[in-house]
Amino acid sequence: MRVPLSWLRDYVDFDLPIDEVAELLTNGGLEVESITAVGLPGAELEWDRERIVLGRLLRVEQHPDADRLVLATVDYGAAETKTVVTGAPNLFPYIGRGDLSAEGLFSPLALEGATLYDGHKDGRVKAKLKGRPLRGIYNDAMLCSEKELGISDEHEGIILVTSDELRVTSSDRSSPVARHPSLVTPDLPGTPLADVLGDAVLEIAILPNTARATSIIGVARELAALIGAEFRPPSYDVVMDGPSIDGRVTLSTENPELNPRFVAMVIEGVRQTPSPYWMQYRLRLVGQRPINVVVDISNYVMLEVGQPNHTFDYDVLRRRADVYAPGDPIHIVTRLPHPGETLTTLDGATHKLEPYNILVTDPAGNLSVGGIMGGLESEITDGTSGAATTNVLLEAAAWDFINIRRSANALDIHTEAAYRFSRGVHPSLAMLGARRAAELLRQLAGGTVAQGIVDNYPRPPEPVVVDLDPVYARKLSGLDLSLDQMGEMLARLGFTVENQGDRLRVVAPDHRMDIEGPHDLVEEICRIYGYDRIPSTRLADTLPPQRSNVKLEREERVRDTLVRLGLQEVWSYRITSAAREARLLPGAPPDDRPYVTLSNPPAPDRNVMRHTILSSVMEAASNNTRHAERVALFEIGEVYISGEDGLLPDELTRLAMVMTGKRDPRSWAAGSEAKFDFLDLKGVLDAFFADLHVEIAYEATSHPTYRPGRTARLLAGERQIGLMGELHPGVVKGFELRVDRDQPVLAADLDLEALLPLIPNFYRYDSLLTYPPVREDLALVVDVGVPAAAVESALRQSGGVLLRDVTLFDVYEGSQLPPGKKSLAYHLTFQAPNRTLTDEDVSKQRGRLLRLLEQQLGAKLRE
Amino acid sequence: MLEELENKYKEATDALDAAEGRAALEAWYRDTLGKKGGIYLLTRNLGALSAEERPAYGRRLNEVKAGLEAAYGEKLALAEDAELQAQIAAGALDVTLPGRKPAEGRVHIITRTLRDLYRVFGDMGFQVYRTRDVETDEMNFELLNFPPHHPAREMQDSFYTTDEGVILRTHTSAGQIRAMRDYYPEPIRVVLPGMCYRNEQVTARSEMQFTQLELLAVGDNITFADLKGTLTEFARRMFGADRQTRFRASYFPFTEPSAEMDISCFLCNGKGCNICKYTGWLEILGCGMVHPTVLRNGGYDPQKYFGFAAGLGPERIAMLKYGIDDIRQFWANDLRFLEQF
Ligand SMILES: [Zn+2]
Repeated sequence: MRVPLSWLRDYVDFDLPIDEVAELLTNGGLEVESITAVGLPGAELEWDRERIVLGRLLRVEQHPDADRLVLATVDYGAAETKTVVTGAPNLFPYIGRGDLSAEGLFSPLALEGATLYDGHKDGRVKAKLKGRPLRGIYNDAMLCSEKELGISDEHEGIILVTSDELRVTSSDRSSPVARHPSLVTPDLPGTPLADVLGDAVLEIAILPNTARATSIIGVARELAALIGAEFRPPSYDVVMDGPSIDGRVTLSTENPELNPRFVAMVIEGVRQTPSPYWMQYRLRLVGQRPINVVVDISNYVMLEVGQPNHTFDYDVLRRRADVYAPGDPIHIVTRLPHPGETLTTLDGATHKLEPYNILVTDPAGNLSVGGIMGGLESEITDGTSGAATTNVLLEAAAWDFINIRRSANALDIHTEAAYRFSRGVHPSLAMLGARRAAELLRQLAGGTVAQGIVDNYPRPPEPVVVDLDPVYARKLSGLDLSLDQMGEMLARLGFTVENQGDRLRVVAPDHRMDIEGPHDLVEEICRIYGYDRIPSTRLADTLPPQRSNVKLEREERVRDTLVRLGLQEVWSYRITSAAREARLLPGAPPDDRPYVTLSNPPAPDRNVMRHTILSSVMEAASNNTRHAERVALFEIGEVYISGEDGLLPDELTRLAMVMTGKRDPRSWAAGSEAKFDFLDLKGVLDAFFADLHVEIAYEATSHPTYRPGRTARLLAGERQIGLMGELHPGVVKGFELRVDRDQPVLAADLDLEALLPLIPNFYRYDSLLTYPPVREDLALVVDVGVPAAAVESALRQSGGVLLRDVTLFDVYEGSQLPPGKKSLAYHLTFQAPNRTLTDEDVSKQRGRLLRLLEQQLGAKLRE
Repeated sequence: MLEELENKYKEATDALDAAEGRAALEAWYRDTLGKKGGIYLLTRNLGALSAEERPAYGRRLNEVKAGLEAAYGEKLALAEDAELQAQIAAGALDVTLPGRKPAEGRVHIITRTLRDLYRVFGDMGFQVYRTRDVETDEMNFELLNFPPHHPAREMQDSFYTTDEGVILRTHTSAGQIRAMRDYYPEPIRVVLPGMCYRNEQVTARSEMQFTQLELLAVGDNITFADLKGTLTEFARRMFGADRQTRFRASYFPFTEPSAEMDISCFLCNGKGCNICKYTGWLEILGCGMVHPTVLRNGGYDPQKYFGFAAGLGPERIAMLKYGIDDIRQFWANDLRFLEQF
């Protein structure tokens, strides 16, 4: 909503700098998003107060040596007059008419040294006015067009208006367009133009509960309440002295729940002229293009009081009535569309109608989409019938805001009217808007208002009455205010307040459709009191019982552990597609579990919630292989698995890791060029589980995601908690990782729902032993098919309490062994808690170990 | 004999004086005091001496040996020291060389930001309470006082699923009702973190997926003044002890009164810069007192219970703190970005 300060001043007096007005409104909930100054300090083109002034036209003569130039003599408040050489076409009618001072014609006069926009150049190019001869006559001043002043792009002629047109004559008071503190008389030649037309336009953000601020008077009312000034609404009086409307127009509303009120008035003999300059100027400031006085008044009233309204060509409606009901009144009906009905709007577009689009019609057909846009057929066009005047049927109605919202969205028509109606306009405003528009058509366009108003308002809504308990107000706000203080603040906003001693009985004004209960009144009180004046206090309420938060704490611990092990955490989009995820299953049937599927996906390849987090990490790895030599990533997050029954999917926490590329970060002092392989991932996982104190067993397995022979499942007891291994080359290709041929890409995918509960809260530490350890090396020959884990576990189980540690240090397969055999060499550490071990002790242990391993695994000591 | 001893002593002393460096000294020792050394061998002369001469010779020989041992010890210590100095001198490094990089990882910037938030709010007694991403329209909107077709819904464009009434949550406020129904009738102080989704054009300024942290307090003694105090303390711990806060009236369907909180710009200290758009203020969060309808939907009697809620954007906080100019970086997972935090 754009709000010129000068327009606000019609309804509220304030003497504050613009920035303070903006801050007051912003803090009060009407956020001022920008301030655009026109002519004033801060404007793109500031009007020099000395050199750009109001001039009164005294005389216009033909230039002696140029047909297309005139000499205009202007009084600008100085002792001498100024004669200006100009080609402005709107001065030509005044050539040779002698003394014009009685005409009261005014124009902005720029004097030498003033900075203006160059009217002859495209866009806005600043130029300083310099004196120079024009066809032999020296010229050092200029009468200005709107373009030269930065008001609009209009450069057809200079601004040339009567003092009446500079003045708002629309209300019962006449107030200057811009009321400067020095109180300007706009018809005083020499007045700085900045004091007459200078302005600042506030752009105010409208929130769903600030529909009341979609009008100038709405903003003025708020400002008045915030500064404690008087709010003066415009007059809604109308002089009705035309022939009665009775018997000329009848109304019926078929759906009063969608169209609670319809007000119609007739204004005859309206002159189709441009609207007065002050009105055009205000419309331009708020970004509207002036059209003619009828359209401009309709728009002006909508902006001023917030009631959208519509002007139909009365004669067109009458001619239609002559067909459907000769001699009977024009019959306006609001109704829902017939099946298949279409409507052609003012902009020429034909719309298919939804069953809930409410229409304004007559028996001959439809006239407009109610509250949204007028139809082409009944539009008032300039000089349709060749007549100098038009007769107008004025409509101001009320519409259900949700239905307007749905309709405007469905029809994709977003007019200023729909904008307001879809946020809520109280039906009481329809009458005020109609009266205001009718009176302006009378005053500014010479119309005669028919006596009587047709008003269809079957069920006026009950006023909203709220009781405000001061204890409740204090408990909610933390403010200790008396009932009178609160009542006074509410009254400033237009609420009717009755102090009942122990409470306030408050009636919300019609424009406050957002008020439902006492909490809303407390917000109003806080707003007007000033949020910044409310104290800041520390919570004194009882602290709730604290709960344990094991899952989060363990997740965070998993993050810290993985980071310490050299992996970088990533967070990915959780919206993916089946095709993206299917890349994890090359040559295998796709995942057939149902996805959580978006009905309005942001992109065709982002249409479901992910089933797997490994796919997310693979995408991150793929992107990073374009520039990084070492990629080691992990992500922890949810996957979304639709359950068999129930509405909502299971959201399950998963962890995936991907490692590929150089083991050591690149450094001038680099260690190895070696790349990550299976054992790097295995080492990370070993350290990871050791850190978490979770016992995990690895078992060879196969899975389409992983390379056969390099895949393990992770077992916690009998339960599988994840998979790890080298990725299948088809997966690496599918995700387009930029890796060398044969470069391993390692991955692990773990179910944290299963893993996290296994992390123990308590575990025993091993006492540090003081008696010396004895170290023994042992190389065992076993069949190649025997897993190393089996050998190590047999060693640990057989070693008894004295065997403290088992570390594999060599694996050998080759010519020195019989085919089908491999050798595993271990460092064994024996240690007793209570004595120094003897050679005899150790050799006894060793002998026992060898016997047991031979029995269990067919292992033999390597010779 | 004694004369020979004195001569040898003189010889040995000269030789010791001449010997430089540890190797030469050790050779001198071998040749002089070692088992086959010249001085050592003089011991043999004792046998050839008369009983009268022997004590004097013996005494003198011991004196000579001791003298030479001492002189040698002194000189060797000097030599060893010199050697060490030389070694140290030769071992000087360019200490400005970059070090060998350890293999390191980091937590994601959002993890880090959330942890900061958990810590600050945790100190004030707020515990983390997580709820689901895929939510019902009822939890996300209706119970939070957003009726169907209400204009407030247009503030948040939702992703809908093919299941009627199931959407991706547009804000973590969606967890408010779940938390209330879980805690009732206890008082509540929780933060609700999580991923949210809105059907918005992805640009440098807006994302279709983003994290939020919702703050929720419910009890029988909680006022708007407490909301201001709590959030002001939060702002000072998160952004610096001298931050000023400003509360502006605003609108959210699920709070009343509602406010936006701004903090004085920590980049320019409120003087105005391009980050705060020359206002001196940065928009940080939206907040308000829990709407009575929402309290009622959560099971709490709005005549007896009051509460406040606030919603923060961890990405926005990180963007302001680290000058990140493109919100798309957060989920792009580029190591060159992630490794900076
Ligand atoms: Zn700043």
